[in-house]
Amino acid sequence: MGGNHYLPLSDVDRCDMLKEIGVDSIDDLFSDIPQEVRFKRDLDLPPAMSELEAIKHLNYLAAKNKHLNNCTSFMGAGVYDHFIPSVIKHITGRSEFYTSYTPYQPEISQGILQAIFEYQTMICQLTGMDVANASMYDGGTAVAEGAIMGVGATRRSKALVSRSVSPFYRAVLQNYFNSRGLELEEIPLKDGSTDFSKLEAMIDDQVASVVVQQPNFFGLVEDLDGVAEIIHKHKAVMIVSVDPISLPLLKAPADYGADIVVGEGQSLGVPPSFGGPLLGIMSARNKFVRQLPGRIAGETVDSEGNRGFVLTLQTREQHIRREKASSNICSNEALVALAAAVYMASMGPQGMREVAEQCVQKAAYACEKISALDGYDMAFKGQNFKEFAVKVPAKPEQLNKQLLQKSILGGVDVSPFYPEMENTMLFAVTEKRTREEIDTLVRELEGLK
Amino acid sequence: MRKHKALLFEMGRAGRCGYSLPSSDVPEKAVDELLPGNMQRKEQLELPELSEVEVVRHYTELSTRNFGVDTGFYPLGSCTMKYNPKVNEEVAALPGFAFMHPCQPEDTAQGALELYYNMEQSLKELTGMDRFTMQPAAGAHGELTGLMVIQAYHRHRGDQQRNKVLIPVTAHGTNPATVTMAGYEVIQIPADERGNVDLEALKEAVDETTSALMLTNPSTLGLFEEEIMEMAKVVHEAGGLLYYDGANLNAIMGYARPGDMGFDVVHLNIHKTLSTPHGGGGPGSGPVGVKERLAPFLPKPLVDKKDDQFHFNYDLPNSIGKVHSFYGNFGVVIKAYNYVCMMGGAGLKQASTDAVLNANYLASLLQKNYYIPYDRIRKHEFVVSAKPEKKKGAGAGDIAKALLDRGFHPPTVYFPLIVDEALMTEPTDTESKETLDNYARAMEEIARAIEENAEKVAASPYNTVVGRLDEVRAARSPVLRWQKE
Repeated sequence: MGGNHYLPLSDVDRCDMLKEIGVDSIDDLFSDIPQEVRFKRDLDLPPAMSELEAIKHLNYLAAKNKHLNNCTSFMGAGVYDHFIPSVIKHITGRSEFYTSYTPYQPEISQGILQAIFEYQTMICQLTGMDVANASMYDGGTAVAEGAIMGVGATRRSKALVSRSVSPFYRAVLQNYFNSRGLELEEIPLKDGSTDFSKLEAMIDDQVASVVVQQPNFFGLVEDLDGVAEIIHKHKAVMIVSVDPISLPLLKAPADYGADIVVGEGQSLGVPPSFGGPLLGIMSARNKFVRQLPGRIAGETVDSEGNRGFVLTLQTREQHIRREKASSNICSNEALVALAAAVYMASMGPQGMREVAEQCVQKAAYACEKISALDGYDMAFKGQNFKEFAVKVPAKPEQLNKQLLQKSILGGVDVSPFYPEMENTMLFAVTEKRTREEIDTLVRELEGLK
Repeated sequence: MRKHKALLFEMGRAGRCGYSLPSSDVPEKAVDELLPGNMQRKEQLELPELSEVEVVRHYTELSTRNFGVDTGFYPLGSCTMKYNPKVNEEVAALPGFAFMHPCQPEDTAQGALELYYNMEQSLKELTGMDRFTMQPAAGAHGELTGLMVIQAYHRHRGDQQRNKVLIPVTAHGTNPATVTMAGYEVIQIPADERGNVDLEALKEAVDETTSALMLTNPSTLGLFEEEIMEMAKVVHEAGGLLYYDGANLNAIMGYARPGDMGFDVVHLNIHKTLSTPHGGGGPGSGPVGVKERLAPFLPKPLVDKKDDQFHFNYDLPNSIGKVHSFYGNFGVVIKAYNYVCMMGGAGLKQASTDAVLNANYLASLLQKNYYIPYDRIRKHEFVVSAKPEKKKGAGAGDIAKALLDRGFHPPTVYFPLIVDEALMTEPTDTESKETLDNYARAMEEIARAIEENAEKVAASPYNTVVGRLDEVRAARSPVLRWQKE
């Protein structure tokens, strides 16, 4: 039988235990399951594998996939190929961390609680917000829950979201809003960025929040100065979705008036994992702390006056407040938040800045080279962080297929999400790309047009 | 001597660094040329400056201040803290999985899609459902997804007035919170004297506004709902649907399937039942399975197979849409898949057998010193009531702290709400008889200690890195981040 090495009871143990319980057989332990619902045959699952066979099988499946370590990737759209320092997997691989659960018993969970408290602090340092939580599932759910916070804080039932916010996030947001019977309207684009001239006309005193993204889905750095004033005039909430890796160079959202800052934290030392587990960032100004979803670690003292950490403000949470909770989230992405914290601690202010600068420089170089090619044009004017949209002279699917023959994972096709943008690809260039890799991409694209 | 651990921010020196990057090899431009001036950060980011060794020692020390399943017995009720096989971690970290991009072309992701496909087949067999999505990233996320699917189903049929979801009083807190998230109203159903859902009360509660009944079976009392078929009939006859919260599936694998009990939608917590680690709070994974008639409403994409090729199917016009930016916690699904491969059908059934045997055995030992309400055969967990001990001066919370001193993670305390001073205890299938015996001895010792000096027990713990922490103070004057003096 499979899995014997995970099941310590011996047959003798089982007999002794049945005797102690006072029943004759294992069947007696399941006698409370009514006959009519009993499962009467054996589970028809593939035959059990030994550890060696399982490893071989999983290696066989993994070998069928291309990945960022055997290709040169220019794919982004929310998940990026950034460098991951070795220390991270050694820390997250400590089983005292990864085999624990939510720190309900703080006296034996100081490790993860302090790590979360430090993570919250670093997220606040990046965003300029007053308070951050221990994580959401991903960028999409962080955006959706941010907008629901806005609804809770204003008692209004409508949100505006820019079309320059990731279509993946908007899809999640739309779904959460549909379910709850809330209204969502999209602010149109102008040259790839939010058309804020339309915002004045769209916003009114029914609007709970306005959601924007910086840098936006097309990698453009939007001009968000003055936007908060328009939003706040109507007592609505400004929500900004960020890529934290850009924040060493870009203004903290607090400095241009954001109220809630959310985002995808995968850039911070987390493998792409085919899109999950990711890291939902959630932070806000103090006045929204009661609406924050999820776990929050806070500082306190023990019986002897020593500093220690606990989960706090739990009266917001489902296990205490039930149907009145600010969210239903229970399990989060704590181990991924730990990875992000180790990343930020390792990189420090200098390393974080250097990564951001190399992204901007290398993306600018790639941008210049590609737009100089015949048939390739920048889709939008404006300044980009590490990603840019290009009008290409062929079907993106076709281009990607050919690039793949040179072991290049090309750009993301944006037309499924923006039907008006035919033959437009999104290329991401991180600090990991070398000049030679970029030049190879450019050369290949030139040959493909 | 207890001592606090320095924070990252209290360590390091200006100019110290813990990273190594290659120099940029592209022609450099002034940042001002590349980024709009008014959107640039003016002052340096405020982050700690540490060398690599300081970072490693900091987190290593933190890890020693943490208790996991690998540290010791962790009978946290309804959380199924079973052993997390090491090989799971190894296979999930393979670059062919961990370094895949979610937007890479399908023909370069065939192994990943095959894994999703195979996993779906196994979950279908395990639960008796017809289709699964792996998109939900946790149990509560699965609950929300499931209710959204139910909502879409009713709305599609023009059944707009169904705005209530019924929940038994024993339900996990996520259930009512999820109901609110989905825009529904909660109707609570009481339990009867045997711990089952009160069938008469259920009959009273259902009507044409009932969208669904959410049920955990076995319940958080560790009891199988003996009237499940009758309950299903009552709800279905009123036009409602049955939702199965899979938090406690570890009790019944191979013995009963939610799909055969009349459930229309289920979510599984594969980080519980299928052995993936809980990660200090996450990531988890909460696949949702449905019966055929609800399949059109599942989130998109689903994974389908055609001519031995696997692909994402986005052609689902009635789908609720997306609940996750991509396809869910793939990295977690890999681990659960590996576990299912290794256990096989008989192995999974044995896991449930041992989980139930361990729970009944431990309950039988603890009953000698403690009161356990609802005295009947239990499934994978049971609830001790420390009400008598509380009267003597040390309640469930204090017993939990006294267990810390004896090297055990305590049970879930003060839940379910219908048991006073509850200690919800789930030993799981991966614990030995000796471990259970030792735990029972520790509980006996605590019971004696309460008789002798309850006040002393109530001041536990004594042997942990910090003493009992002041949670009231933490909530009353919140300090939620470090700040420079």
